[in-house]
Amino acid sequence: MERSFIAKNPSVLWFLLGLAGFTIVITILSEASGAALISTSFVKTLGKTLCLCLVAIAMDVVWGYCGILSLGHFAFFGIGGYAIGMWLMYARTEDIVIASLENATLPPTPDEITNAIGTQIFGVVGSSDFPMIWAFSHSLTLQLLAVALVPGLLALVFGWLAFRSRVTGVYLSILTQAMTLALSLYFFQNDTGLRGNNGLSGLQNIPGLEAVSQATLSLWFFWASAFALGVGYVLFAWITAGKLGSVIRAIRDNEARVRFLGYHVESYKLFVFTITAIIAAIAGALYYPQAGIINPAEIAPIASIYLAVWVAIGGRGRLYGAVIGAAVVSLMSSWFTGGKAPDINLGFYVIGWTDWWLVLLGLTFVAVTLFFPKGIGGLFDLLQPRKGDAP
Amino acid sequence: MNTLLEVSGVSVSFDGFKAINNLSIQIAEPELRAIIGPNGAGKTTFMDILTGKTKPDEGRVIWGEKSVSLLGMSESQIAQSGIGRKFQKPTVFEAQTVRENIVMALKNPRGPFDLLFKRRVDDSADRAREISDEIGLSDALDQTAGALSHGQKQWLEIGMLLAQDPRLLLVDEPAAGMSPSEREHTTDLLVRAARTRAVVVVEHDMEFVRRLNCKVTVLHQGSVLAEGSLDHVTKNQDVVDVYLGR
Repeated sequence: MERSFIAKNPSVLWFLLGLAGFTIVITILSEASGAALISTSFVKTLGKTLCLCLVAIAMDVVWGYCGILSLGHFAFFGIGGYAIGMWLMYARTEDIVIASLENATLPPTPDEITNAIGTQIFGVVGSSDFPMIWAFSHSLTLQLLAVALVPGLLALVFGWLAFRSRVTGVYLSILTQAMTLALSLYFFQNDTGLRGNNGLSGLQNIPGLEAVSQATLSLWFFWASAFALGVGYVLFAWITAGKLGSVIRAIRDNEARVRFLGYHVESYKLFVFTITAIIAAIAGALYYPQAGIINPAEIAPIASIYLAVWVAIGGRGRLYGAVIGAAVVSLMSSWFTGGKAPDINLGFYVIGWTDWWLVLLGLTFVAVTLFFPKGIGGLFDLLQPRKGDAP
Repeated sequence: MNTLLEVSGVSVSFDGFKAINNLSIQIAEPELRAIIGPNGAGKTTFMDILTGKTKPDEGRVIWGEKSVSLLGMSESQIAQSGIGRKFQKPTVFEAQTVRENIVMALKNPRGPFDLLFKRRVDDSADRAREISDEIGLSDALDQTAGALSHGQKQWLEIGMLLAQDPRLLLVDEPAAGMSPSEREHTTDLLVRAARTRAVVVVEHDMEFVRRLNCKVTVLHQGSVLAEGSLDHVTKNQDVVDVYLGR
């Protein structure tokens, strides 16, 4: 008889238990529960970290399992953030405008309201008209659909063109990076209608939930992020287990051979590329309401490169490795660059971590690549008896 | 015996060098055929054309009862229509177990969603075991393929081909680097496989070809120099000059 999915993949159960335990502990310690042992901003940091873990496991599936070093998955993450941010900004501004016009002598016409919202949102770029791209921003449902559909379609079309032409390896990485760069430049332009380099802001204020304190709201988003990470983890564990996972890893190791076995390699790559892009976008849609602001710099190629660095440090080809890498590196990064790390005074020179953190990260990346190709996750192999050892 | 594969007037050149020059060859089903020839005779290119890796400049490659042309098909379509290929260097997926390697090759629906939702794959465990028995690796099913010996990897790859259940099996130098007893096992495997299907073996080693005891085609400079039994072709003066005489 075939064993159950969990029995075959015990790490999934351990991960879910760990995630649930972590969520409960943070909930108890948070301000919202009254204990207030950790600050609301730290709850937000942890919630954001969970979203980064989710995009990291997506990156691990596309790179660590399928061998496509995509430098575009953080762009999908950003698009997800923009899609939800447009609704947040529109709906919130609408509330403010209606409230401010309540005391007017004449009741405002719908046109006046739309114009006022437009002025509020696009004043920073010297405009008051709604661009086409905002056509659905009044509807939460449509913008939520856009979170999944826009990056999904983009990945599908881009992937179809790239994989069909048999672009592989470093050339494919360059192509995905070009896509990311083009996207970030597109978002930077004022003409695009997404407020240029100002980006979207005030995303931490959820329309309709003004009465809920930020402490409570931060916890809700933390829960949502933990839930999304759990679901994403199970989904990817399911995809990478069994025969599909076997074919995906085989494509990574020798795609020509897989072709001669009769598999249409391009369909598999397209499937993996697209589904991971959608999950990355969902992670972004949860991340940016916690961050409060999104701007085109978030989409720049460097962010996608960091994503690859996290996965490499955490350990490619295992989902928990990606989670560890994203959590450890992004938390350390905010500690070092947040001014909390003590500078090292050498007498003749002071090592300030805000500047030197990137050097440390770079050296760590080189060291991991050279000496621990399995990353931090590889340490777990030492805990298990190797196959063939006495039981 | 029906003609399964008909190659006629095929030529291909790389940067002006004619790797295959007006080559015509027919394979029946079932049949065991050996193709021999010196280095650069076009043996590997011939296989590349049949499996869709290389597109010829001219000529026709006709397959099966329905006489479909293989030239417009992709590698995966050709593989699915029943042509399996074993490479010269054993190419198994070393990071995966023997069982995973065989199961991947088994003749089953091959789309991503077929695999995700396990469509029509109920007997794959039994079939994997049968094949591992046939290639003598039933004790190694849960080992990673990378841990196998060179000869075992060759058999695993032949086993993967059998799992594909192709009508035409192309085998490139199966005996390279094998010990005498491993060679004997390999000969048995191929002769048995050729009872129900077409098997084409490309080989350098005359002793191995003699043991296969089958019709031989000699390639030279991309075209057929001689065809017939091994004794017949070894008596051919052209063959002696270009190949055996050296």
